[in-house]
Amino acid sequence: MSDIPSDLKYVASHEWIRDEGDGVVTIGITDHAQDLLGDVVFIELPEAGAEFATGDDLGVVESVKAASDVYAPLSGEIIAINGDLEDAPELVNSDPYGDGWFVQLRLSDTTELDDLLDADGYAELCEAES
Amino acid sequence: MSELNRTPLYNLHLELGGKMVPFAGFEMPVQYPLGVKKEHIHTREHAGLFDVSHMGQVKLTGANAAAELEKLVPVDIIDLPVGKQRYALFTNDDGGIMDDLMVTNAGDYLYVVVNAACKAQDIAHMQANLGEGVELEVLDDRALVALQGPEAAQALSRICPAVNEMVFMDSRQVTIDGVECFVSRSGYTGEDGYEISIPAAEAERLCRLFIAQPEVECIGLGARDSLRLESGLCLYGHDLDQTTTPIEGSLIWAISKCRRADGERAGGFPGADKIFDQIANKNYSRKRIGLIAQGKAPIREGAELQNADGVKIGEVTSGSFGPTVGVPIAMGYVATEYAVLETEVYALVRGKQLPMTVAKTPFIEQRYFRG
Repeated sequence: MSDIPSDLKYVASHEWIRDEGDGVVTIGITDHAQDLLGDVVFIELPEAGAEFATGDDLGVVESVKAASDVYAPLSGEIIAINGDLEDAPELVNSDPYGDGWFVQLRLSDTTELDDLLDADGYAELCEAES
Repeated sequence: MSELNRTPLYNLHLELGGKMVPFAGFEMPVQYPLGVKKEHIHTREHAGLFDVSHMGQVKLTGANAAAELEKLVPVDIIDLPVGKQRYALFTNDDGGIMDDLMVTNAGDYLYVVVNAACKAQDIAHMQANLGEGVELEVLDDRALVALQGPEAAQALSRICPAVNEMVFMDSRQVTIDGVECFVSRSGYTGEDGYEISIPAAEAERLCRLFIAQPEVECIGLGARDSLRLESGLCLYGHDLDQTTTPIEGSLIWAISKCRRADGERAGGFPGADKIFDQIANKNYSRKRIGLIAQGKAPIREGAELQNADGVKIGEVTSGSFGPTVGVPIAMGYVATEYAVLETEVYALVRGKQLPMTVAKTPFIEQRYFRG
């Protein structure tokens, strides 16, 4: 059973969202997602300042096995990216909710936060997929 | 979709937590809980056990078996010594590669191992073309496993001391814990190791004995693929196919001297004229090469290769991150003018040109035990 922290929000495409307040969120991929991908060897992230709408391709995670898209779970502007992932992509496997975070987004519409799954909802979704 | 086959080790894979995927008509473990990268590194540092029972094992019997098989491959089979194995290729009338295979002179018969995906085709091809007096028996009552890595000999010889006496490409009948097995000192990882053909009914029991050795972990198809790619070994259906000749595929080394145009048994295999013409006149337009990415993004099979002007010059046929070399590596085909070491080419990935360097293969040093 994968780790699904109760203080985070989720989307069906296996990204997690931490509400940092003031319309800023931190985004990464879930423990379940990193487990499915296997050993991550490369991550392509957008540049700070780039703008995304919900569902846009935000980046790509490559494992030894395959490439997988990462989607923007919310609309907004990138205000920070995790530069550590360039030299240490394995952080996504070892600490998906901590040092393996991907980007921070300034939301263009904070009401979108209401559409996200909570931990129970995400756990049910993972269960249904397996 | 037709029902998938299972190898005699299917239950063991499940018990060990193997993640099963369809592969060449079989349900095979792509990885175990260790994961592809650690399985790969474990094999390079210690020893890994691979289930390759999906491959086709065939026995050819008859006084003319070697001479008849020679008519289908550009390889010296007649003079293959007893107890020796050799890499071979089935060619078609256009000189294209139908499959790659291993042939062993087992004394009373030839032992042939073909790829799982080509098994039915290869058996039909042999049955149709091997002349009278050659009997073909499919050994589908046997499992085949590979024990690979620098500690494979230490692990296997603890159970079966006789395997210590073998060198690379030696084959012999041995008894392992009371079971008659056919063992060759070879494999497809670039490491020292063995392939062991075991009666199906005893396969699980012997494999439990192998994995009980402290050096040994079970390894899935994922790591098998990255190991063979680092070792510069082709995967049929990806790096080689019916439209690719051994020359284009950079496998000229696999054509035995005595079967070449100036050899004592020159030609006499399908497509010989085309292949000899390519050797003599270099009139082919593409060639298989190794590639190392200059950046960190893996370059996958199917990626288009371009020159600096954005003109298509070829395609990647295998590509992955190489866990031992620590960089993304690939094999592919380029127009011959680009098939020069150190040439910079570009892979088109998600709309971007990523620079790669044409590199020699294998990407790692092969560590076969040659005595």
